[in-house]
Order: sequence, then C-alpha cells, then structure tokens
Amino acid sequence: MHIVVCIKQVPDSAQIRVHPVTNTIMRQGVPTIINPYDLFALEAALELRDKFGGEVTVLTMGPPSAEDSLRKALTFGADRAVLLTDRFFAGADTLATTYALATAVRKIGETYGAPDIIFTGKQTIDGDTAQVGPGIAKRLGLLQLTYVAKIGSLDLAARTIEAERRSEGGVQVLRTRLPCLITMLEATNEIRRGAMIDALRAARAEIVKWSAQDAGVEDIAKCGLRGSPTIVKKVFAPSPRAEKAVLIDFGSRPPAEALIEDIFKRQPKLEAELAALARGF
Amino acid sequence: MSEPAKTPAPAGRAATKKELPEHFKGYKHVWVFIEQERGQVHPVSWELLGAGRQLADKLKVDLAAVVIGPEGEATRQAAAEAFCYGADLAYVVADNLLTDYRNESYTKALTDVVNTYKPEILLLGATTLGRDLAGSVATTLLTGLTADCTALDVDSDGSLAATRPTFGGSLMCTIYTLNYRPQMATVRPRVMSMPERVERDPGRIIVHPLGLVEDDIVTKVLSFLPDRESAKSNLAYADVVVAGGLGLGSPENFQLVRQLASLLGAEYGCSRPLVQKGWVTSDRQIGQTGKTIRPKLYIAAGISGAIQHRVGVEGADLIVAINTDKNAPIFDFAHVGIVTDAIRLLPALTEAFRARLSPHSRDRIAS
Repeated sequence: MHIVVCIKQVPDSAQIRVHPVTNTIMRQGVPTIINPYDLFALEAALELRDKFGGEVTVLTMGPPSAEDSLRKALTFGADRAVLLTDRFFAGADTLATTYALATAVRKIGETYGAPDIIFTGKQTIDGDTAQVGPGIAKRLGLLQLTYVAKIGSLDLAARTIEAERRSEGGVQVLRTRLPCLITMLEATNEIRRGAMIDALRAARAEIVKWSAQDAGVEDIAKCGLRGSPTIVKKVFAPSPRAEKAVLIDFGSRPPAEALIEDIFKRQPKLEAELAALARGF
Repeated sequence: MSEPAKTPAPAGRAATKKELPEHFKGYKHVWVFIEQERGQVHPVSWELLGAGRQLADKLKVDLAAVVIGPEGEATRQAAAEAFCYGADLAYVVADNLLTDYRNESYTKALTDVVNTYKPEILLLGATTLGRDLAGSVATTLLTGLTADCTALDVDSDGSLAATRPTFGGSLMCTIYTLNYRPQMATVRPRVMSMPERVERDPGRIIVHPLGLVEDDIVTKVLSFLPDRESAKSNLAYADVVVAGGLGLGSPENFQLVRQLASLLGAEYGCSRPLVQKGWVTSDRQIGQTGKTIRPKLYIAAGISGAIQHRVGVEGADLIVAINTDKNAPIFDFAHVGIVTDAIRLLPALTEAFRARLSPHSRDRIAS
C-alpha cells in the first residue's frame, strides 16, 4: 500500500509579529513547524502502513527551507519525502496550490507507485482555509472524506474504506472506494515519538526535490500568483478596540461579588435572564 | 489602518483596466447556499442571506437561495423560509439521493445550478458541510474562493471585496476574484448578524434536476450517529459562554469552568492550547481555528487572549476576563477585567452567582 501525506511548513503562528508601519509579517527569527493538524494525518498514515504494510511518502510545496519539515516527518517514520520547490509556485492561492500538489501526486504515483490514500490535515494554522484537501481530491478525480475522526476498516482486496466523518450534530459513517483523499480531524491520535533508527535515517536521507518541470507541470500559467484567481489587494492590521478592559477594584469586598455587581451594572437585563436560565438551586 | 470604508474605492476589476472575459459577462445576481441536514437549516444560511441582501442591493441585482435536499416538506419549507430572510427567488434541487450530505451528489447539484443560471457571487457557510462542498465546487468551476470571510462588500465597480483574517488573525486581508466567476466566499457561523425574519409569501422557485441515480454515487452512508444530547455543543449560538485556558493549570481544574457554565445554563468552551493538549474536545474550541461566538456575556478564565482567540469572541456584548497577568493581551479587548487567579475565583464566582440568582436571595435583596 502506498500513502501520500501532504504537509505544510508554517510559522509558529502564536509568535507571529506584524510590522507596525508596513503591516507585513515579520518572518525573521520566527520558528517554523509542521502544521500541527498535519501531524494527525501523518500519524494516521503511519498507523495504516504499520498495519497493512507499504510506504508513506510525505509531500510539501514550499521554499527550500521547507526541507526541515520533511526531515522531521522522516524522523517520525515516513519512508520518503518530496519537496516541490520552484519560484513559479510563489504566491499561490488555494486553486493554484491544488494544481501544483495534484500534479506532484500524479508524478509520485508514476515514480513510486500509485497511491491508495492521500492524507492532509483538516486545515493549516496560517491560511486556515481547509480548502486545499478537497481541491486536490477534485483535481485528481478522487473521492474525499473530510474531517475524519476515525478510520474504521480498510479492505485492500475489495478496495474499500470505512470512516467516521464529523458533521454538524453527529458522525457520518461512510464507505467509499480507494483511492481516496482523507482530511484528518485533530486530536484523533498522537504523533509517535520517532524511533532512534528513523532519526538516524532521516539525518542522512536524501530529500527528493522537484521543480515545476521535474514534477511534470505542463502549464506554468496555472501555478503560483499567475495561476491564482484570487488576488490579495489589501493587507491591514485588525483595528484594536479603543479602550482597554476596566479592571475591577474589589477593595475589601470578595472579588466574586464585586465582579458580579459590575456585570449586572453593565448588563441590567442579564440578571433576570440568568435567573431564568440558572439551574441548581 | 482602519476597517474598510463603506464603499471601497475600486481596487477590483476597474483597477485592472481589463474587460471581464466575455463568457463571464452574463454572470449576475448574488446566491446563498442554504445548508440543511436532517431537516434542519443551519442558521448560518439565514445570516448569509442577511449579508447577501446588502450585496445584492448595492449591486441592484437579485438575491437567490439555493436549496439542495431530499424531496418533501423539509426542502420545501427551507425554500419558503429563505424568502422570509430576504431572498427574491430560490433554486431548488430536490431528490431523495440528497437525503444525506455526500460530497459527490451535492457537488454535482450545486455545480450544475451554477453553470446553468450563472451567479456572480456565491456564498456558503464555513461549516464542516460548507467547507467540504465549497472547495470541491470552486475547483470544479476553476474559480476563486475566499474562505472564512469576516466582512463582505462590493466596490463601486461591482467586484466582491472579501476580507478575512490570516496568520491566525494577526493580519486582515481583502481578497478579490477578478477574472473568474462566480466569486465564491465562505463565512463562519455567527460572524454575520442574524437578519430579522419577516413573514412573506414564497416568491419564484426554479426547480433543477439532480440527474444522478444511486449507482452513480460511490460513497455510501452506512449510518449516522447523533451526538449525545448532553455532549452537544451549542457554543456558537449560546447567550452565555464560560471558557478556560492554560491559566487553569491542569485538566482537572477545567471542571471549574463546567460548573460555572452549568449553574448559569451557559455553554462552556476553551482556547486552542487546551484542545491541543487533549484536555477538552475540539468542538469546544473558541477562536479563529474554532468557533466564533456572539454571546451576551462571555467569561474568559485563564485565557491570555492570543489574537487567534480574540477573532472568535469580538462579537460578544460583554467580555469578562480573569487572569493573573495584568499585561495579558485579553485585557486589551475585554470590557471588564479582574486580575486574580481563575482557579480560586471560579468556585467563588459559581457560589456568588448561585446566591445572587436563587429566588430567596432575590427576596432578601428586595426587602
């Protein structure tokens, strides 16, 4: 069985700083990580490989420095890493990104064997769109299972997979055909601590690096900024609220009572509504 | 920089000085996808009709609802209801193959209606269903999609200006789809306010066939396991929300949040780190990567207030922050703050609310 996991190297967004004058992201010195949601996808892929045999290929598109994240994925036990890197890919929106990634997945299939499953995280923490997984599936003509909480059963002979998909108000239990694309929900597993042997292997492993041409991109106009139907016209910092919080000076009163007094002073109608809602007398 | 002005200067099409490709010129009107599952319309659909109405009025075009679902009363009712929330007309694809949401059949239904009737703007809720569907439809149509918008507007030249947070809310960007149609956008529940419902007779309804048989659809729904009533989260639509963050120190202390929420008849939530640590399930996460809330009262206990959290709570009427660090960013956007340890204050707050809200104490105060 061959599984491809698409990951993204992202800035650790908790530490993002915005330049106060130019409103641009200050990337200098910002540490990068594997998008945390992608680790659930990687672990799900590794678990299936351990159970059914086969290989896991990790794929990312990004600058040459994204090699760090691929090497990290190898330390967790992935078998192969492919870095799609080319200046033509810069500035891609979700549609152009899915064009490049789908092309690379096809090339991976030709080179290393057709994938049975493609995994992605449910979304990234920098772009937050959750649209790249479904886009890759559509471009490759694959069935998609998004927000998967649990993979029930996999029948390689019958080429079917059953999975539990989170939806509003419940879980859909679905059966579909391989090959398919799965986006994993968070907190569905925990990424393993890589084995020492994997760490040693990862340090020496060769990362496969493909340019647009290497990956078999036929139409460069569909890549990067040129291939993106959406265009960012304006970037600005969110407007801060004018005034800061009023800090409660509770003096000698119990702080809880002082706080409640203040809440009801600001929202007089709330007291009656809460009394109606409140339980546990 | 401030919020975008009421009618932004044409940064869109007019600025490119290029004609819209000929085959897109016929694309007109604003559409909202009405999301229904198991007979229930997701309220985000009505919120989007409210936002879509404003866009359609500015563009002087129609606002249409697109209702996709099984044959019968629920789908008919959803279309009728759309008129009460501002739609001028409705497109309906009703087929029993659409009883359960499946990506294949819904993508076909929505793509076909778009290709046949050609809207210039198509809005969907950024729910699990909407995000599953929007990515497939946009990729099929090879058009632009702006996900999780927080503001929608049209330029004087008619381009959709879709504003969304990026980098976890550190920055806002305004995005255009210049040379492709429709211009697609998703918006999360509770980001737009709920429009007032006005009783109206249904207007024009255009029925479109699905054109599939069950054998065409590969994916089968084996069963649906509804969430237990007690575990069901109505976080996004709750009037009162109590949430906890890393300041609680341990997973055991999170029960202090639950206890206060339970007393107030409120929903409980948490910041992102607690989900990542596995203390709380992801459906309780509030913020840019979780739920957006608009309660009357929001109590944030031990939450530092990272920008990614702030994005999800700014719509609250009253934000109360409890934190030991008086420099925590949460005090920059909370209305009321109290600098103290949430672990100690929460039980006291629960008791004080109990005393204050119980009928006996109210009599005592009154007397």
